[in-house]
Amino acid sequence: MIDTVPDMSPGDAKRETLMSLQDITLAFGPKIIQQNVSFDVRRGSIFAVMGGSGCGKSTILKSMIGLLRPRQGRYLVGGDNYWQGDDAHRVEVSRRFGVLFQSAALWSSLTVGENVALPMQMFTKLDPGTIRRLVELKLGLVDMLHAIDQYPSELSGGMKKRAGLARAMALDPDILFFDEPSAGLDPITSARLDDLIVNLRDGLGATIIIVSHELPSLFAIADDGIFLDARTKTPIARGAPSWLRDHCDDPQVHAFMHRERPETPSGRTD
Amino acid sequence: MNATDHGQPEWHLDSDASGTVVVLSGEWIAQDGRIPPFPADGLRQVEKGQGIAFRTESLGRWDTALISFLWDLKQQATRAGLELRTDTLPDSARKLLDLLPEQPAPPPAPPHRAFAPVTAVGAYTIDSLTEIGTVTELGAETARGALAAATGRGRMRWTDLMSNVRDAGPSALLIVGIVNFLIGAILAFVGAVQLRKFAADIYVASLVGIAVVREMSAVMTAIIMAGRTGGAYAARIATMQGNEEIDALTVFGIPVSSYLILPSILSLILTMPFLYLYGCLIGMLGGFCVAIGMLTVTGAGYFHQTINAIALSQFEFGFVKSIFFAALIGLTSCRIGLRAGRSAADVGVAATRAVVVGIVGVIALDAIFAVIANTLGI
Repeated sequence: MIDTVPDMSPGDAKRETLMSLQDITLAFGPKIIQQNVSFDVRRGSIFAVMGGSGCGKSTILKSMIGLLRPRQGRYLVGGDNYWQGDDAHRVEVSRRFGVLFQSAALWSSLTVGENVALPMQMFTKLDPGTIRRLVELKLGLVDMLHAIDQYPSELSGGMKKRAGLARAMALDPDILFFDEPSAGLDPITSARLDDLIVNLRDGLGATIIIVSHELPSLFAIADDGIFLDARTKTPIARGAPSWLRDHCDDPQVHAFMHRERPETPSGRTD
Repeated sequence: MNATDHGQPEWHLDSDASGTVVVLSGEWIAQDGRIPPFPADGLRQVEKGQGIAFRTESLGRWDTALISFLWDLKQQATRAGLELRTDTLPDSARKLLDLLPEQPAPPPAPPHRAFAPVTAVGAYTIDSLTEIGTVTELGAETARGALAAATGRGRMRWTDLMSNVRDAGPSALLIVGIVNFLIGAILAFVGAVQLRKFAADIYVASLVGIAVVREMSAVMTAIIMAGRTGGAYAARIATMQGNEEIDALTVFGIPVSSYLILPSILSLILTMPFLYLYGCLIGMLGGFCVAIGMLTVTGAGYFHQTINAIALSQFEFGFVKSIFFAALIGLTSCRIGLRAGRSAADVGVAATRAVVVGIVGVIALDAIFAVIANTLGI
């Protein structure tokens, strides 16, 4: 049922699998959000989770960062079964994660600099001077050094996103999750953020999972992905967004990628 | 980024045919906490206009620690007018380094806080007067909204009022009951010790009755409501402020005073007098229980003495006071919520302030009432 995808580039096939979702079902009480979700994320890829509004993209992300236990299925991070074992084990694995939340979710009682410093103070034994240097570096990378002593309430939406990104990178995670990174940003800021994400991937060797329906940004940066359908509550296509745009025959996916109205709104019957 | 262990992060300057070379070796991992700083005079020997290249053959694993060091170097090089040949760096390191500005932002000047007592007192006075004006205006607007609602042209939704009344009234019965029962019992205990000495046990009923009806029930109920409902109003309105909900109301032209504040204040005004009467009853019950248990007083005697001791005007006095307390708590807590900032911490601050201002205000207002009652001879 899932369209299979040829390798996007010769190099991709050689990359090892970093994260793997196997037959995951997500539900809130009796309400199933997504079922039979299986996909692998390769190390160093920028993986897009796509789909219309309300299809469960953010819920999948929530489950991948450990905020929602799946009803069933296995979730492997670097070969480690994430949901097996106790909370301490999950915290340990989650140290590899950096998350940029949809509304940036900066702690409002701390300055931007303190927001970035807090995870380092909590989880490393670095001295204050080194932490200060690293905070400045991370804010410098996202061009937010000037706002180091400002409070989140004083920042614009784009600045909050960038500060959130700096905080997500605080512990040098090798897996970064972005929930709608460019939602609410102007095209120029959004393009800058795209460049930044690619540079961070290349520079830090991080793997990036990105939930978005901003097509230009997806085409520009994502090299792999999955398309979720709200009606059937399953993934219906797999591959890089630009590949899906050009090659996927599914009317839903086609309509999404080309910003059209689906020709047969109830075309699929599963 | 190869995986072999190279040990400590190290660097030194070297020179070859093309000019100065920075030789990097070891593992540069931020969380190990061993990032060598680049000294301020590190580029002293390098001649102006020369390029600085990098040699990275023995560089081990690295992350932002290396970038941090390179950024120091980049700032020094810029200051010394030297060119950094970043093309000799690993590709990914160069990309990250390119994102960083050449100069770090200058630290912001510390806020200027001069000691100026006259200015401070003046500013405080103006702020206080403005605040009094704002609260009065808000109260007047709300009163106008109430008049409009009474004549059927208001913007208040009756469902909001009903749900507010339910929150402020019936669900507060238990805690108001417990507190007033205990207050009545405590008064009886205190009175009993003294009155027994004069064999005037029966006057415990008068003492408890008058104290509860005149002061304690109204004040205690108001303090409970300030903590319970006033804090909740302030927190709710402050949260709405943070979510731009207040802005949305303003844009639609829905008056905040009639839509939000009126039902809040009105529900308190409607429920507090009845909570006061209920508190009186329960308080006297508390005194009754102690008197029956400790003193030589009969139930009927206590009842009779209570009825004789308390004039109806005492109830009227308490009843009117609790209406004023309700208006004070409602108005101040809504105002504090409206002027709150937009962050999560501000919601906590607003709730705390509302409770503190409510309690202090109630007690201050009660003192004013005591003076008035004394003058009028009630």
